Parts: sequence; structure tokens; C-alpha cells
Amino acid sequence: MLTHVWVIPGLMTVSFLLILFFGKRFTERVTSGIGIFFIAVCFVLSCVTVANWVQRINHPIADISADVALVTQPGGGPAPIAGQSDREAIVGARRGPLEGSIDQLVKAGETTTPASAEAATTEAATTEPAATEPAATEPAATEAAASAEHEAKASPIVARWTWFEWGSLKFEFGFIADGLSILMLFTVTAISLLVHIYSKEYLHGDVRFTHYYAFLSLFSAAMLFYVTSSNTIQMLTGWELVGVCSFALIGHWWEDKKNSDAALKAFLTNRVGDVGLIIGVVITFYAAGATSFNVLHINQYALSPGANQTLLLVGGLCLFGGVTSKSGQFPLHTWLPDAMAGPTPVSALIHAATMVVAGVYLIARLYSVFYEGLNIGANFVNYIAVIGGITIVAGALLAFVQTDIKKVLAYSTISQLGYMVMALGVGAWTGAIFHLFTHAFFKACLFLGAGSVSHAAHHTFDMRKMGGLRKFMPATFATFIIGTIALMGLFPFAGFWSKDEVLAGSLNGQQHPYVLMLVLGVIGAAMTCLYMSRLIYLTFFGEYRGHGTPHESPKVMTIPLWILAIGAIVLGFLNLPNFFKVGSFDYTTRFEHFVEPTFAFPEINHAEFNVGLAVGTTVVAGIAIFVAYQYFWRRKSVFLGLRDKVRAFAWGYKVLENKFYLDHLYTDVVVGGVKGPVARASYWFNNQVIDTVVNSAGRGAVASGRALYTQVDQKVIDGLVLSTGTGADESGEALRHMQTGRVQQYAALLFAGVAFLAIILVIFV
Amino acid sequence: MLLNQFLFLAAILFCVGVYGVLARRNGVMVLMSVELILNAVNINLVAFGAYHSSLDQGLDVSGQVFALFVIAIAAAEVGVGLALILLLYRNSRSIDVDDIDLMKG
Repeated sequence: MLTHVWVIPGLMTVSFLLILFFGKRFTERVTSGIGIFFIAVCFVLSCVTVANWVQRINHPIADISADVALVTQPGGGPAPIAGQSDREAIVGARRGPLEGSIDQLVKAGETTTPASAEAATTEAATTEPAATEPAATEPAATEAAASAEHEAKASPIVARWTWFEWGSLKFEFGFIADGLSILMLFTVTAISLLVHIYSKEYLHGDVRFTHYYAFLSLFSAAMLFYVTSSNTIQMLTGWELVGVCSFALIGHWWEDKKNSDAALKAFLTNRVGDVGLIIGVVITFYAAGATSFNVLHINQYALSPGANQTLLLVGGLCLFGGVTSKSGQFPLHTWLPDAMAGPTPVSALIHAATMVVAGVYLIARLYSVFYEGLNIGANFVNYIAVIGGITIVAGALLAFVQTDIKKVLAYSTISQLGYMVMALGVGAWTGAIFHLFTHAFFKACLFLGAGSVSHAAHHTFDMRKMGGLRKFMPATFATFIIGTIALMGLFPFAGFWSKDEVLAGSLNGQQHPYVLMLVLGVIGAAMTCLYMSRLIYLTFFGEYRGHGTPHESPKVMTIPLWILAIGAIVLGFLNLPNFFKVGSFDYTTRFEHFVEPTFAFPEINHAEFNVGLAVGTTVVAGIAIFVAYQYFWRRKSVFLGLRDKVRAFAWGYKVLENKFYLDHLYTDVVVGGVKGPVARASYWFNNQVIDTVVNSAGRGAVASGRALYTQVDQKVIDGLVLSTGTGADESGEALRHMQTGRVQQYAALLFAGVAFLAIILVIFV
Repeated sequence: MLLNQFLFLAAILFCVGVYGVLARRNGVMVLMSVELILNAVNINLVAFGAYHSSLDQGLDVSGQVFALFVIAIAAAEVGVGLALILLLYRNSRSIDVDDIDLMKG
């Protein structure tokens, strides 16, 4: 399965095409059934992949085969070796007896990773995948295995094909299977499966039910494609595809102008960052020798001693532009809250759990570039960490003033994405990915819970019209509380472990502690508790303020909620710190063990569990919850009415209500400032230049058409046609007289002809 | 062996035959002229056959055999031709080939 991860996005593509082409003829039940079936198959396959990967890590000897060869060899300059290995893998494949078949190339690709030993590649090319494993018994390979066991076991598996060659450039098409991509496969398919099921009820009777499921499938396909891409070009493709699906699904109810505006805003804001992303892809490509887009190749280059620091810095910052927009980092986060205009399951899947972490994934995937380029290892502050830190606080602040339950969650998502990016910025790679993983579950749980609330409370997301819902919908309430506690990061829920790892990573840093980041992170944690308490209070406590009687959602919606809630409780234990190690049974830091790459990955310093920090953050969170409890539940707090008493707070509230005036900055200052002169200039240009050109082109076309008609068509062509006719007619008339009917005359002509030919024959031959 | 005399004879006979075919009005005479042409060919065939045999290559009768074929086919042809002329005469009371111009364009 590890070499065939492409099957998973492939299946979802099939699902998309099926629904797209035949969806209109199916009932809702069949359409959703197709989507659910395919994503369920993908989920099962992802689980198989996870199992294979765990197996591979735990039993490295049985499975190292050719990978070892590469890992041990890159001693002298990694870049050229990677290039060479590519060529050999392909050459080996061509040499095989099954030349040309795709299967064959896959098998050849299997060894690819870092493989460079020719023997190994040829073997892979000529044998079944299973048969390659015994290659490890070759003496050389086993020796290497002993020395490089740890590197070997976690080295990624890349299946790749040559897409096209142009001179010495070879563009590849490939799929990578390593801890990171497999983790993402699992997360995406799991959340997507639950969202598919949940949507069946949530979107029941929707005008564009088919459209919805088609795009849900396409999104899953694109996201899975993105996370399994082995090169930056493919990643770019997947990145843009998920952007398109996001656009289409935000604008699902496009009849409402607000929704289509939100879709456009999301799309255009993302474009801003994507420009950076494309430039970054190009820069990293040229920096790494302009031979390959392969991420491992680029990472290897970034780690090589001769790497160009400036190029890496510029490339890293450009790539981070893409991250800023896609992962909702300050100051390009503005699209994400508006994206809540889409159906709630979409918000859960795309705008909380999966697509928005594409940016985090990008940093994690090309971590060597960022690590080296931004000098994460040696600094105590850097751009990524600062942006992440600002995003944590900015997102949390904005979450306070929202009245729309989904927007609170959206800002919360922004804030949590800030944690992930900040963690990557301080070198806590595992913490970031772990937080990504746990966050996906509890945030999906919260979003689907919000959807359930809205489903019950007459399709409103306005918290002012909710309240007291805990009595009406106990299942939703319970799961929502679990998700909230996980999000607040309280012991022992999933959020606690991942958030603590991020904070411990900040405190630990690499060579210097990232103190500023730690402070921002702790402030963010406290604020998370505050705004989530507010949300819980407004939604579930007090008196019901809407109209009608709310009701609990059907089982098809609450069961996914429960599954996610269970995930929000238990998934944190996947990466228990070593602190909790009891005896020799190895259950701690499993996540780090299985997911963290070892190939072409910087040497990062892992933070140990810090009891003081964990207790400290828990205390801070507890205080925050207590303050919120006093404020909302008891209505006895020094903070009550603060807005009226202190002008600074009123002013601050206004700034927050206006979202830091960023939207004004973008629409009025940037867009407005640009669009006036630009519009005038383009109007002038339109009138003066384009219209002239178009008009004269039109006139020219008319004149030349007329000339063509009178001169060429009427005279030349018609003349030719007519003269053909009259010519045939006249020559027929002339020749008619030759046909006298007298056989003797014919014979005489015949004889004359023969005689003539005979004379020619005699004279000339 | 001298070949020329035979070839001259055949050529003259052929020319006479062609003249007859092209110039005679009487259908029967046209048929007879065709016979002359065929016989000119026969002479050529036999002459070349004999000449070929004389070149130390043993007896070669293929010329004669060919000529015999031609004679046989000529007999058949003249049979058909005379039948045509007979029918023509019955229809138009004339065997003048100039009168037969039904295919005039």
C-alpha cells in the first residue's frame, strides 16, 4: 500500500466524476451513498497505509531493501546523488522485461527514495514488490542497515514516473509515503468520512445536493493528492484544486450575494498568497540546481553545506506567503471568517480541519528549507514564529466580539493555526503536526456541533438567538463541551498534550528559548478559554432566546459528533511525553517516533515535557475559565461594564468589531486606492487604444472582406468554377463530332495511335 | 536461316490486312482482312519459332503451337463475325459497314 498511495486520491476522483456525470439522475440517497462509500474505502485504505507504515518503522530490517543504499551514500553532496538516483531508477525500469508498463515503473519507483545503488533499482524493476524485500539479505545492504537503521526505517517511499523530459530537465510525477503524508491521509479521510455522513442529513433537500457531494469528493481527492505529492509542482496543483473547491463550496448558496462575495474574497485573498507560493516554488527549484522539483531533493539541498542561504531565505518567505493566505495567518486571515458562509460541514472539513492546514503541511513538508532559510535553529526570534504568535493573539482577540457561533470558531481556527505555524517557527515540528492532528478532530467536532445547533435552532448561527440549548440537545451539548475542553487544552484531553508540546517547544527553542513566542502562546491559551466560555454560555446556558422549540439532531448527525468527541479525548495520548513512561513498555512519543521524518530533515532539538510549564498553563487556563464563569454565569465581575467605564476598552472593542480595520485597509485603502487610478487609466486605454485598435480592425476586416468578395471570390474563384463547367461543356461539344459510330474510323484512329507510338518507340528507344 | 524475308512478307500481309479493315465497306471483306492480319501474325510466330530452333538450342515448337492456337481462335472469331453480318443483313438488307453508325454521338 505504501507504494500505491495514489490509489486513495484516485478513488475520490472516480467518486467525483461519478457524482458529477450521473449525480443528476440519482436520488439524494444514491448520491450521498456514492460519496460515503468511496470515502469509506479511502479511509480503510488509509488505515491500511498507517498499519503498513507502523509495521515498516517497527520492523525496519525486513523492509529496508534499497532505501538503505541511498541513506548511507549521500556523504558527498546530496544533490547530485538524488539526481543520479532518479535517472537510475528510471533506467532500471526500462531495462526490465515488462518495459513500458506503468506497473513496472511503479515498482521501479518504489526504490526511488534515496536509492542510488544500481543493483537495487534493477532488482526492484524486475521483481514483484514483495520480492524486493529480501534484497535486504545482500551482505552490503545488511551492513548498511546496521549502521543506518534509524534513518532507513523512516525514510519515505516515493513512487514516481517521468512526466516529461526536456533537455537535462526531468519533470516527475510521483507520490510520497512517509509519516507526515500518511498522517494527513488518515486525518483527511477520517474527517471527510464523518463529514460526508453528517452532510447527508444536514444538506437534506438542498437544491444543489449533487453539486455539494461532487465538490466534497473533489475536495477530498485534491487534498489527498496534495498531501501525497512528491514534488512541489504537484503540490501546487493540489493546493489550487483545494482552493477551487473551497471557493465553490463557500459559494454553495450563491443566490445570496453575501455568500458569493465571501467565496470571491476567499479566492482572491488566497491568490495574493499564491503568487508568493509560485515564486517560492520556482526559487527553490532553481536554488536546488534546477534539476528536480522533488521535495526530498529540495530538502536535501537545503541541508547541504553549500546551500545558498539567501535563496533559501527568499524562497522560504515567498512560500510562507502562500502559507499566510491558505492557513489564515495574520494579516491575510480575513477570508477565513467570511468563508463560514458555506455549509457548516464544509466549514468543518475544509475551513477548520483540513484545507487550512495545507499551509502548515507545506512548511512541514519543506521544513529543511524553512529551517535553514530562516535560521530557526540558531535564532530566538524569526518571521514564521512571530507571524504565528501574532496570529494566535489576533485570532483570539477577534473571537471575543463575534456574535456568529461559526465566526467565533473560525477565529479560533485562525488562532490555533497560529499555534501550528509558531510551533514550526520555533522548531517544534512534531508539536506542530501533532497539534494539527488533534485540532482537526476537536475543531471538526466543534464545527459539526455548531451545525447541529443551527440545524436545531432554525438555521441561525447568531448566538443572540440561542441560549439554554443544553436542555434541548444533550448529545450535541456533551460533544461540544468535550471539543471545547480539548480546544482549551485542559488535562487530559487531546488539546492539552499538543498545545503543551508547542509551548514546551517554544520554551525550549533550539539553541535559544523563544520566550516571546511562549508568552504569546500562553496569552492565546488563556484567551481561548475566555472566548470559548463565552460561546458555551451564550449557546447552551441561560434562557432560549430564539423562536420555536429547538430539538436534538438525528442520529446520523450526532454519531459523527460522538466519534469526533472520542477522538478529542483520546488522540492526545498518541504522543504522551516520556515523562509518563512506566516500565519498559514503549507507548510514549509514538507520534514523534512514527511521523517525524529522518531523511533530509534538520536535526531538531526535542523539548522534554516540562511539569512546571504544564501546571502553569493549566493554572492560567483555570483562572481564565473562572473569570469567564464569574463574568457570564454569575454576572459578578470587575470586568462587567468595563467598556462603558474605560474609554480605552470601548475603543479596543470598536477596533476588534472592525477586525483591526484590515478589511477596510484591503477594500478601501489598497483596493480603493488602486482601483480609482487604475480604472481611469484602463478606461482611457480602453477608449483610446483598444477601441481604436478594435474599430480599425473591424473596418479593416470589412474592407478586406469586400475586396475579397469582389476581386477574389467573384472573379478568381467563380471564374475558375465557371470556366471548369464551360470548358467541360465546350470540349464535350467539340469531341462529340469525333464519335461517328463508324467502327472503321475508330480502328483507323487506333491504328494511327499505335503507329505513332511505334515510331516513337523505334526512334527514341 | 534468313528471318527477314518472312518478316517482310508478314509486314506486307499485315499492311494489306489493316488497309482492308480500315478501307473496305463490305463487312465480309473486313472479316477477311482481319484474317490476313492474323495470318501475318502467324507467319511471324512460326518464323521466330523456327529461327529460335536454329540457334543450337534444340527444337522449339512453341511458335507453331501458338500459331495453331491463333488459327483456332480465328476460326471461332470469323464464325461469330459472319453470324453478326448475317444478322445485320437481315435487319438492314445491307452489309455496308458505313451504314452501321448507331453509336454516333
